[in-house]
Amino acid sequence: MDQKPSNCGLPSLEADSQRTLYPYVTGTSVVALKYKDGILMAADMGGSYGSTLRYKSVERIKPIGKHSLLGASGELSDFQEILRYLDELILYDNMWDDGNSLGPKEVHSYLTRVMYNRRNKFNPLWNSLVLGGVKNGQRYLGTVSMIGVNFEDNHVATGFGNHLARPILREEWHENLSFEDGVRLLEKCMRVLLYRDRSAVNKFQVAKITEEGVTISQPYSLKTSWGFSAFKNPTLGAEGSW
Amino acid sequence: MFRNQYDTDVTTWSPAGRLFQVEYAMEAVKQGSAAIGLRSKTHVVLACVNKASSELSSHQKKIFKVDDHIGVAIAGLTADGRVLSRYMRNECINYSFTYESPLPVGRLVVQLADKAQVCTQRSWKRPYGVGLLVAGLDELGAHLYYNCPSGNYFEYQAFAIGSRSQAAKTYLERRFENFMDSSRDDLIKDALISVRETLQGEKLKSSICTVAVVGVGEPFHILDQETVQQLIDAFEIVGEDEPPAPEQGEAAAPDQGEDAPAPAPAPAPSPAPAADEGAAPMDI
Repeated sequence: MDQKPSNCGLPSLEADSQRTLYPYVTGTSVVALKYKDGILMAADMGGSYGSTLRYKSVERIKPIGKHSLLGASGELSDFQEILRYLDELILYDNMWDDGNSLGPKEVHSYLTRVMYNRRNKFNPLWNSLVLGGVKNGQRYLGTVSMIGVNFEDNHVATGFGNHLARPILREEWHENLSFEDGVRLLEKCMRVLLYRDRSAVNKFQVAKITEEGVTISQPYSLKTSWGFSAFKNPTLGAEGSW
Repeated sequence: MFRNQYDTDVTTWSPAGRLFQVEYAMEAVKQGSAAIGLRSKTHVVLACVNKASSELSSHQKKIFKVDDHIGVAIAGLTADGRVLSRYMRNECINYSFTYESPLPVGRLVVQLADKAQVCTQRSWKRPYGVGLLVAGLDELGAHLYYNCPSGNYFEYQAFAIGSRSQAAKTYLERRFENFMDSSRDDLIKDALISVRETLQGEKLKSSICTVAVVGVGEPFHILDQETVQQLIDAFEIVGEDEPPAPEQGEAAAPDQGEDAPAPAPAPAPSPAPAADEGAAPMDI
């Protein structure tokens, strides 16, 4: 009699709702740090379809309002959805036209709520976000994960950056980093990531936000040298089954 | 039979272009006991007169803390005032949950005014019978707003609402130009003097008034009664028995709240005079 498989009277969840079960097109690490006058943030421009490097010019750092900068790794379409939320948020904030505005702290808090809310619906936005900004002379840098874990720090990184860039930053970061030194430090991190993260590509943007506003650099590449002997036969000294 | 055929429905216009029900709601504000607000660059002070409806009862609370950075003083129907205060508290706490920062005062006031306006345009509702003085601090500094049952709102340097508030307004109008640079303590003093103006001869005591402050580095709080009494004593001692000496500066005016200057609210509508003695009925 039953033509359709019975669902025990429960509405069919699979058919009615769609959710991200796994990411499709993803971006890799974002690295950011506080420097003397504000925040610096770097990310490469690759978009991976699984392990295929499918897109090569994806902008993963975007300005949010006047005081904030957002960098994202993870599912790129989810990032675009987040950008839509934020565009609306900033638009409504501007429409009050009353001299008050959302700063980086507020935007970070908002994102935390959005991310955690979505994970509670078992429908997470598959991203790790980095939010940096300056308002009233206060520098702010924080991060949110796809399940809502969030914190502030003097330097942050997502994904592989957490393992490869943070140790370098802990070693070399200091409060009074100049712009040049900050960029140099970020490039050092990005170079390591480029060597060791298979989904990183050699095309970067570095963004700066200060009291004056946001500047996002044109894409550029780092000089690399693949001549290290360790790169020639990477499994040479490795103990293992393969 | 009916005084007026256009006042039975909130949304019905009179041929003269008036909404009587809304005007009656604003009348309710005038009958509540007085509330006063004034501000400097950094502080806002709210003060009000507490009237008990009978010798045997306590008075109604007229000043409410909404959040650390916002407070209100009300005149009119206390019950409506409490409903609106609860709404404001909700808005503040929701905003700080989402953004971890305080809700800008001006935005809260607009939301509140919108809420009041809706009640003037729905046949199954009635306007709120309460006027609110909203004091608050945000990134642009200290603010004082007046919210009216009609859905109008205004920002003020200093303002007074409620019964006999005209006397306080007269005092404030004489002095408001100096308020911007006033110290916190001077603001409180001016607030207390304004309260005295509305008392018409009754002696100013801490038991019949409440004072609250919000300012830079000072979350909104209601001053306790002893503190208020000390402040009153500090400036009232001068003219204790004889007529009220205005403190130093203001020699000119007769000052004595005793009814001397502007008697009562000038444009007082019909029911005004009765309202006094038996306490304000609408305030209960």
